[in-house]
Amino acid sequence: MKAIRSFLDRLEPLFTKGGRFEQLHALFEAVDTFFYSPGDLARGAPHVRDALDLKRVMIIVVFASSPAAIYGMWNTGFQANTALVSLGLAGIEGWRGALLPLLGAGYDPASIYDCFMHGLLYFLPIYVVTMVVGLFWEVLFAGVRNHEVNEGFFVTGWLFALILPATIPLWQVAVGITFGVILGKEVFGGTGKNFLNPALVARAFLYFAYPAQISGDAVWTAADGFSGATALGVSAIEGMTGIGAMGLTWTQAFLGQMQGSLGETSTLACLLGGAFLVYTRIASWRIIVAVFAGLIIPTLLFHNPDSSNPMMSMPWHWHIVLGGFAFGAVFMATDPVSAAQTNAGKWAFGLLIGFMTWLIRVINPAFPEGIMLAILFANVFAPVIDHFVIGANVRRRLKRNA
Amino acid sequence: MEAYVSLFIQAAFVENLALAFFLGMCTFLAVSKRVETAIGLGLAVIAIQVITVPVNHMIYKYLLADGALAWAGLAEVDLGFLGLVSYIGVIAALVQILEMTLDRYFPKLYNALGIFLPLITVNCAILGGTLFMVERQYNFMESVVFGVGSGAGWAIALIALAGIREKLKYSDVPVGLQGLGIAFIIVGLMSLSFMGFLGI
Repeated sequence: MKAIRSFLDRLEPLFTKGGRFEQLHALFEAVDTFFYSPGDLARGAPHVRDALDLKRVMIIVVFASSPAAIYGMWNTGFQANTALVSLGLAGIEGWRGALLPLLGAGYDPASIYDCFMHGLLYFLPIYVVTMVVGLFWEVLFAGVRNHEVNEGFFVTGWLFALILPATIPLWQVAVGITFGVILGKEVFGGTGKNFLNPALVARAFLYFAYPAQISGDAVWTAADGFSGATALGVSAIEGMTGIGAMGLTWTQAFLGQMQGSLGETSTLACLLGGAFLVYTRIASWRIIVAVFAGLIIPTLLFHNPDSSNPMMSMPWHWHIVLGGFAFGAVFMATDPVSAAQTNAGKWAFGLLIGFMTWLIRVINPAFPEGIMLAILFANVFAPVIDHFVIGANVRRRLKRNA
Repeated sequence: MEAYVSLFIQAAFVENLALAFFLGMCTFLAVSKRVETAIGLGLAVIAIQVITVPVNHMIYKYLLADGALAWAGLAEVDLGFLGLVSYIGVIAALVQILEMTLDRYFPKLYNALGIFLPLITVNCAILGGTLFMVERQYNFMESVVFGVGSGAGWAIALIALAGIREKLKYSDVPVGLQGLGIAFIIVGLMSLSFMGFLGI
């Protein structure tokens, strides 16, 4: 470690003002703070003394979502290998097919290692493209605008990669993260200054710009020529009977053994991560509970197995395990920047997300899944919710002290 | 009843005048810097919309539509070409009354709205509401519901935008985008988030 420190110290003059690579100071800063706690002092008052800095927060979020990611990689490989078996294929072509035997992995759906490696080879390219393209924009903006490369991007990029289907073309990943980073965040001045969740902006952009590669039945399983709809896609047409016909049990759905985006299928893994985030007080439990309540309450009120709308027949315990609901509630809705800031506001914000998810899933036949758009919708109203909560607090205190 | 509820949702969210049709942009961008003012303008627009759409509906149905003058014995007369003028006239008169009311009873709001209050007259969202009513052949009750819904949708979007812009006061927007530039980007992103209603 000493060697890295002295190496960085030796390089530092090159990157400070007047140095040869002055423009790249943000990049140096990012590498430096990646290895060491910065020695900077807070300059302006007021400031809070806290051992928990932004970098620690971001690493904890990545750590908390890693069970969902690891499970997702296994699930991606499992779905692909199962599809290969059902198609009667012995292997795949292309670079993945060449690489898998080198890693000692086959195509056996029963082997955890085989499935994990297969999924990893789908996740890694998406993640690498996200990081390279996203960091390019981050460093460019940091250099030109003279601020630091912020750790927030690691979470944005990580979560963005986890909410994409495995088969998405890599150029779309690049376009999406570019849109998300620039228009979702950097035009407002970087991390902490945006009003929408950048990862969701990126995904929503792809969703509306290239629907063929991010929705429908053919994109969820990473095997050519295999078409497997998500459980929500099936139930939007055939209701619970459709899910029964798929052979999907509730336990499987809860564990996440089904079609879906890379990291979002496992409710169990998301809840584990959520428990950890709540325990470390990084995510607000109010938001998570309110999002679940916002979905469960209308489902209980309007549950009707005989309705002409097939989604009405879905009971609440199915709603919460399907699609990206748990992932969105735990990791996306609790984004501290774009969520409501006040405690009462967090309840309202969460309930709005849950209710909108229900509305889009059940009432809107155009989209089978709603959590992403619901969170973006609630992000738009978060500042107003806070405004009213603060106003009410001010009035109450004035009255108390009158 | 259910038809009215769905018409209201349709008017307020799915076909939000500001975020789906981008109508009334000038006022939308200009009076969205503070939430309080935005609420005032939003209420004013709802009030105008609730009155003008049904009133224009009556005018259209009993005076302007093809054959509407049958009750006066002029069945072959079609005054449809007077539509725009009459609708604007109704809107202008109503805005004038609203302005005097606000001046008399809510002087603070009246001053905050300033020039944008008389400009509601030429707000395309208001005229747009009336023209949608004519084009879609709403009946009287539907016009009332559509007036409330479309006005409420515009007001909700305006208040949300004001909230966001208040929050973004603390952001660090590049110099070239400050002011209207960033406001347009915000409106675009808001519109993206409203697309969840598409298809209801």
